[in-house]
Amino acid sequence: MDTQWPLWEVFIRSKQGLDHKHVGSLHAADAQMAMENARDVYTRRREGVSIWVVESKHIHASNPDEQESFFDPADDKAYRHPTFYQVPDSLTHI
Amino acid sequence: MFEANHYPEEVNVALSDFLLRMADTSLVLGHRLSEWCGHGPILEQDIAMSNLALDLIGQARNWYQLAATQLGQGQSEDDLAYLRDAGQYRNLLLVELPNGDFGQTVLRQFFFDAYHFHYLQALTESGDENVANIAVKSLKEATYHLKWSSEWVIRLGDGTEESHRRMENALRELWEFTGELTTPNASDQLLTIMGLTPDLNLIRPLWEQEVQVVLAESTLEIPNRSWMQKGGKNGVHTEHLGFLLAEMQFLQRAYPNCEW
Repeated sequence: MDTQWPLWEVFIRSKQGLDHKHVGSLHAADAQMAMENARDVYTRRREGVSIWVVESKHIHASNPDEQESFFDPADDKAYRHPTFYQVPDSLTHI
Repeated sequence: MFEANHYPEEVNVALSDFLLRMADTSLVLGHRLSEWCGHGPILEQDIAMSNLALDLIGQARNWYQLAATQLGQGQSEDDLAYLRDAGQYRNLLLVELPNGDFGQTVLRQFFFDAYHFHYLQALTESGDENVANIAVKSLKEATYHLKWSSEWVIRLGDGTEESHRRMENALRELWEFTGELTTPNASDQLLTIMGLTPDLNLIRPLWEQEVQVVLAESTLEIPNRSWMQKGGKNGVHTEHLGFLLAEMQFLQRAYPNCEW
């Protein structure tokens, strides 16, 4: 019998941050316990104002073996960056 | 740091007695919880209990500082914590009991939190603004503590056969130490008349309500024993407190005035 509780991934939004950032993982029996464990383990030093927890099994990751076909084709397409435009002087705050 | 408030002598004696009880209770429970550090059932709960311990020791510091201020005998918070013997400690008996297994620690915490939360909530209305301020600050922490311990009592009580059995044992061990939580002593009675602390007789139904709801959900039965232990508030303790203090106070006793 597997006596280990499921693994959860923890995401925290800091006071200044707009996005939740992955901070680590932990074990918990259910979402409620995962939330409280995340509070106790990852926000002891005022790291956050919001927590997301996701059971790790629900995360589908890209395959490291496909690294080349997945990511290399973007390497030589610098024109996809919006750096080839003249920005009119009257436009500020860009 | 606090400014001392001036009261008639007998009121100040009662107030100091109350402040030491609040301080001693938080310190002793904080120390008990700290004994779990490195021994928790899982890493996450090891940290959770250390967090509870640190909250309580922080609260104890506030109460000791205020007690030292009201006593006005030039003692520091450290003097009060490290240089008084068991007979001078005023903590509730419940919190000095050994940790037992995780279930017993959780149930002890729940019984305490259910009292602490409602008592602190009422203390925020204290006529002494220093007391009210400490209560406001502590209440946020106590709110989380109560959530944590309630949920664990429910999980373990309504869990596996083994966890249920362990919670029943814990209930048998601890029940007779719960009466003291909401039983006023002479100091309480005087302070309530003076409007400085709430009437513990009014806290009792709130505590009972909290306990009934959580134990029912935990499928645990409230023991129908009414005889209760008492004594902690007046300095009469179980044999366990002396051992706890011997460990906690060792450094100051062996090396007086040492600092690091």
